[in-house]
Amino acid sequence: MEHMISLFVRSIFVDNMIFAFFLGMCSYLAVSKNVKTALGLGVAVTFVLLVTVPVDYALQTYVLGPDAIVAGVDLTFLAFILFIAVIAGIVQLVEMIVERFSPSLYAALGIFLPLIAVNCAIMGASLFMQQRVTMEPTNAQFIGGFGDAIAYALGSGIGWLLAIVGLAAIREKMAYTDVPKPLQGLGITFITVGLMALAFMCFSGLNI
Amino acid sequence: MSKLFSDENKAAFTSPLNLNNPIAVQVLGICSALAVTSQLKPAIVMGLSVTVITAFSNVIISLLRKTIPNRIRIIVQLVVVAALVTIVSQLLKAYVYDVSVQLSVYVGLIITNCILMGRLEAFAMQNGPWPSFLDGIGNGLGYAAVLVIVGFFRELFGFGTLLGFQVIPQFMYDAGYTNNGMMVMPAMSLIIVGCVIWAHRAYNKEEK
Repeated sequence: MEHMISLFVRSIFVDNMIFAFFLGMCSYLAVSKNVKTALGLGVAVTFVLLVTVPVDYALQTYVLGPDAIVAGVDLTFLAFILFIAVIAGIVQLVEMIVERFSPSLYAALGIFLPLIAVNCAIMGASLFMQQRVTMEPTNAQFIGGFGDAIAYALGSGIGWLLAIVGLAAIREKMAYTDVPKPLQGLGITFITVGLMALAFMCFSGLNI
Repeated sequence: MSKLFSDENKAAFTSPLNLNNPIAVQVLGICSALAVTSQLKPAIVMGLSVTVITAFSNVIISLLRKTIPNRIRIIVQLVVVAALVTIVSQLLKAYVYDVSVQLSVYVGLIITNCILMGRLEAFAMQNGPWPSFLDGIGNGLGYAAVLVIVGFFRELFGFGTLLGFQVIPQFMYDAGYTNNGMMVMPAMSLIIVGCVIWAHRAYNKEEK
């Protein structure tokens, strides 16, 4: 339990998807123009992470890992294809469920819902999970069960949500400032994110 | 032979190098561009891998483009890309193991690199294999160019080396020069990319 909480807090602040690993940057930059849509996308990403990481964890432990199916066979090299298939399938499923049970949320998310399939944050979380499974159990980043996988997925999702809402709020304010012409738009956004990442670095000494 | 290098094909190859650069103009494939550039060597390896994968996935999809049903094209594209990425990742592990460890999950994340999906959707689905191949090489090299620029500055100022060789001479250190540890931090890569985009836009504006 203690380890799960530490994993959760670490993945929000220390191993933040955006500021420490730059994952999901494309949609992060494209959809952060106003707070409302940013919030919607953040929630959707968190939700998809919460489903895909435990499923991929099960795949990794019971199908891909060394000696999982047949003793002496290591299928880890198939991970890329299997993980991306799981992600694409689950995104499709989530899309159908949301459309059926909550048409208003479906309309609000629009195109962003299917695009989550190619969001690097989702794939990245699964691949990091795969790395962390093989770590020493004493390591703070170790993932050793479904509880840990869920805590990690939820933390990563909330960290991503926090980052995109923060940037959207800054960009809303920045619309009124006088930025040099060639730096406008993309350039200044990058520098803003860089400064936010510097601020987040102060958490890196956090020891839980 | 002259048909192979017609003006149109040449444009498919050269425009992404500068005017239509995937990172600076199309804003694709940012995630990995930021994370792997703390030194020059992984940046070069990453740039080359992406170039090869983009070129060959472009060719394969362009050969298959008339037989792929429109509704499931994303899945087909993902599977082709995932297969190519698996091959490249195994090759990297076999021949340049240390770099492959440094790149860690970012090799796998080439699958969700937006450059690939973007070029497949926008170019390979409409064009023949040869122009698609050139387009893939051009976009890959445009991406590699930005990676190399960022990697160059980060390694030069962060470690005082280039490709592992000491560049900044010892007497400079004796005179009080120190390596800038900030450059090694991930946050700085965002700011450097922001500056590259700034310079790129300012320069191309003058040209017009």
